[in-house]
Amino acid sequence: MDPRVKYLLRLADSSLILGQRLGEWVGHGPALEEDLGLANISLDLIGQARLLYAYAGEMEGQGRSEDDLAFLRAPDEFANVSLVEQPNGDFGATVVRQFLFDAWQLELYQALAGSADERLAEIAAKAVKEVRYHERFSSGWLIRLGDGTAESQRRVSEPLQDMWKFTTELFSADELDEQMCAAGVGPDLTELHSAWSARVEQVLEEATLSRPADVEYGWFGKSGAHTEHLGYILADMQYLQRTYPGASW
Amino acid sequence: MVEPTPVRVIDKPDDEETVWDILRGVPDPEIPVINVVDLGIVRYVRMPGPEVGVTLTYSGCPATEVIRESIELALHERGYADATVKDVLSPAWSSLWISAEGRARLADFGIAPPNSEADNRPACCPHCGSDESELVSEFGSTPCKSLYRCLACLEPFDYFKCH
Repeated sequence: MDPRVKYLLRLADSSLILGQRLGEWVGHGPALEEDLGLANISLDLIGQARLLYAYAGEMEGQGRSEDDLAFLRAPDEFANVSLVEQPNGDFGATVVRQFLFDAWQLELYQALAGSADERLAEIAAKAVKEVRYHERFSSGWLIRLGDGTAESQRRVSEPLQDMWKFTTELFSADELDEQMCAAGVGPDLTELHSAWSARVEQVLEEATLSRPADVEYGWFGKSGAHTEHLGYILADMQYLQRTYPGASW
Repeated sequence: MVEPTPVRVIDKPDDEETVWDILRGVPDPEIPVINVVDLGIVRYVRMPGPEVGVTLTYSGCPATEVIRESIELALHERGYADATVKDVLSPAWSSLWISAEGRARLADFGIAPPNSEADNRPACCPHCGSDESELVSEFGSTPCKSLYRCLACLEPFDYFKCH
């Protein structure tokens, strides 16, 4: 597969899987406003995924539509980062996962808005405006919960410890990342890491939380090595198209 | 002599202005007081055809498909059988593109129009005009709005976010 198509699928898959995860919150949010907030973020992410899949499908040139790419690929073909497939847990855990992701996506898409790939740059420039809102929501909640009661702090500090290991992947460049960076399509992940760290530390400090220690971790969803959770998400998400191929509204 | 039955001619002038006028009759499906032209999402009209270039507001806005279909339908009904809608990705839509007329209509409807990037909160309550309000939720009933509460009249209201 063309490396550029692979790279687009990575981006699209991360947005789609997190969008699907957040969709599980619909009707279950702690308050109506948060329910709507998570659903709105989910919609934005799925919208981004659609734009990226449509582009990847055109570039691949084998007639695969955005739906084919979302609904008819197997777990090991998905290239989302492992962070996004982690279960929702409670609202605190969802906020932690969202903030770690948003802070990363914001830096990543700001960089991609200057990509040598013009259409990718356009998609990223559009998405950045949305991601800024997502980050405002998730950082705001992380601060409120972290700097709240002993109980609310426990509800975010435990998932923070637990999920931190998945951030290693976000900044460990593999061959494809290096290739894209050299071609001017993708960003330099080291630069991205320092910008992300600065922002994350600032928010954690305000939330009276400490930054967990970095750990080496072997799950690299972006190269297809997923945690056990992805299969279940896909089984749920792809059920209809797998059972009734070509079904449409 | 029998008068010939008049043939019904659909008035379909080939000028852009007529098309823009038709588009001004197409409401946003979620905020029907504002039409797609005043919302600033129609980027261009190209004749013949016409081809209408549309920029989506938010990537995930569920109204997207409906907007596309209503534009096509409105033009087909007026005789422009070949009318098509094209997505324009760049530049990304900005709330600065909402027309003055559109902003006034939003306010009349009870939605505070976008303020400025530097001060991204409602300038005043659309009900009583007070400039004192507090944020209830970053996300409101549609992706483009957040929810506020007026501290003077205590009514909740939507704020159309700067974007």
